[in-house]
Amino acid sequence: MLAALARVLGDLELAEEALQDAVALALTRWAGVVPEDPVAWLLTVARNRAIDRLRRARRGRDRQEQAGPGLGPPPVADAALDEEQLVSVGDERLSLVFACCHPALAMEARVALTLQVVVGLTAGQIARVFLVAEPALAQRIVRAKRKIRDAGISLAVPADHLLPERLAGVLAVIYLIFTQGYATRPGAPEHRRLREEAIRLAKLVATLMPDEPEALGLVALLLLHDSRTAARHTPSGEVVLLADQDRTRWDHAEIVEAVGLLDRALRRGEVGPYQLQGAIAALHAQAPSSAGTDWAGIAALYRELLAVAPTPVVALNHAVAVAMTDGPARGLALLDGLDGLERYHLFHAARADLLRRLGRVEESAAAYRRAHELATDPADRRFLSGRLHDLAMPDDLGGSAPTMGG
Amino acid sequence: MKYLLLIYNCGRPEPTDPAFAEAVARVNAFADECRRRGALVAGDPLPSEHTPTTVSVRDGHTLISDGPFVETHEHLGGYYVLDCRDLDEALELAALCPMAQSGTIEVRPLAHVPQVDNTPVGGGTAG
Repeated sequence: MLAALARVLGDLELAEEALQDAVALALTRWAGVVPEDPVAWLLTVARNRAIDRLRRARRGRDRQEQAGPGLGPPPVADAALDEEQLVSVGDERLSLVFACCHPALAMEARVALTLQVVVGLTAGQIARVFLVAEPALAQRIVRAKRKIRDAGISLAVPADHLLPERLAGVLAVIYLIFTQGYATRPGAPEHRRLREEAIRLAKLVATLMPDEPEALGLVALLLLHDSRTAARHTPSGEVVLLADQDRTRWDHAEIVEAVGLLDRALRRGEVGPYQLQGAIAALHAQAPSSAGTDWAGIAALYRELLAVAPTPVVALNHAVAVAMTDGPARGLALLDGLDGLERYHLFHAARADLLRRLGRVEESAAAYRRAHELATDPADRRFLSGRLHDLAMPDDLGGSAPTMGG
Repeated sequence: MKYLLLIYNCGRPEPTDPAFAEAVARVNAFADECRRRGALVAGDPLPSEHTPTTVSVRDGHTLISDGPFVETHEHLGGYYVLDCRDLDEALELAALCPMAQSGTIEVRPLAHVPQVDNTPVGGGTAG
């Protein structure tokens, strides 16, 4: 409803205020009888309230204005408030997603705004999961809404020639919301909520933009990550590596759904980074064990991913997959050729694991210590000191993928 | 909606420079595109950073000073005022501006302040 109103009014704050007015009125009016179509009732009342607010603001100006030319608010003509525009709520919601994820807004603002406006979380809830102070977060949201209004950010799905780039931006925000719900503190209800909402948003975009296989690819990727949630940590919150996870605890219904969606996306023949990451996750999800994983296939997919998304982290994952097929020495050579990961704890953890498998214990210990220094998550730190401790008692030299938490 | 495009730190060839003719042609082609879209309201290059003068009035006294001599990385080299459909069109035109290739372009919406009348000579509204 908010999406429909905001789109018609061109102003998120005004739409929110008007909708609040309408809900307040509904609480008194609906005491006895709920109208036949409550949504339509609310929209109509909210729209009328918004017009009232605009007229009041305009009258206030007119009284003081001596026929000044060309002034007045941006063109929010009453005529633009067309009934039909209020109906297609799904499409309106998509428009709102694009506005909230506009590249003219800072990334943190895009995430916060999407969570508040599209998902419906409160500033307090968002502040808690992102570990920032609530007043600062609320301020960020208000500023972003004002920028949308005052800078003329369109509340519409962008023009076709802008769409590929802007869609990539929307998908990046959704992925970030998901990873925030995935990264830490397993099982916390607000983190579960973030993951669920990210999946729901990705599905909304994929449904409303059926010609965009990357949106489907993102849905598949999120489902595949999500399917491992129960197996990623011990009951006491310790990290369990992908190789060591109890695969019977993966959510196989989610895996089946994801693989089906991924097949549909890949059939369109327009491969992109989310489909490739989804395909990698699907190979992991369908493998009976770490040893029984199609590591050659995964290494090949990472090579393709490197071609479209040449980031150091992708290169790191590629090196790890190569180590699983061609041996730790090959993987280590690739790792040692990478730049820009000196401060990334998983880079040092991966090096440590390969050095350990090569029997270079001293170097491995140094790399684990470096990883431990850089890791910030307490569970990661506990895991790494455990590995360091195990090095002193080299009883297991079996190969395992160091991809933490999978 | 009108937008002010502030052009920072782009190099500008001298008229004697062999690259000058091509640079002018590219700038004119950009202005043509803005005109074709009905967007071009105004635009000018600004001369070198040694020309500004700063004026302020405090307690009835007008203070005039040479400068500011901002750091070269903040050198304002020119501007456009464009009338665009929305921010997307303004950003698209900013990216088409040849000066974006070497400098940076700050895109700012012009504000509507009730009662403020800045009608320019000739009656059209520039802002």
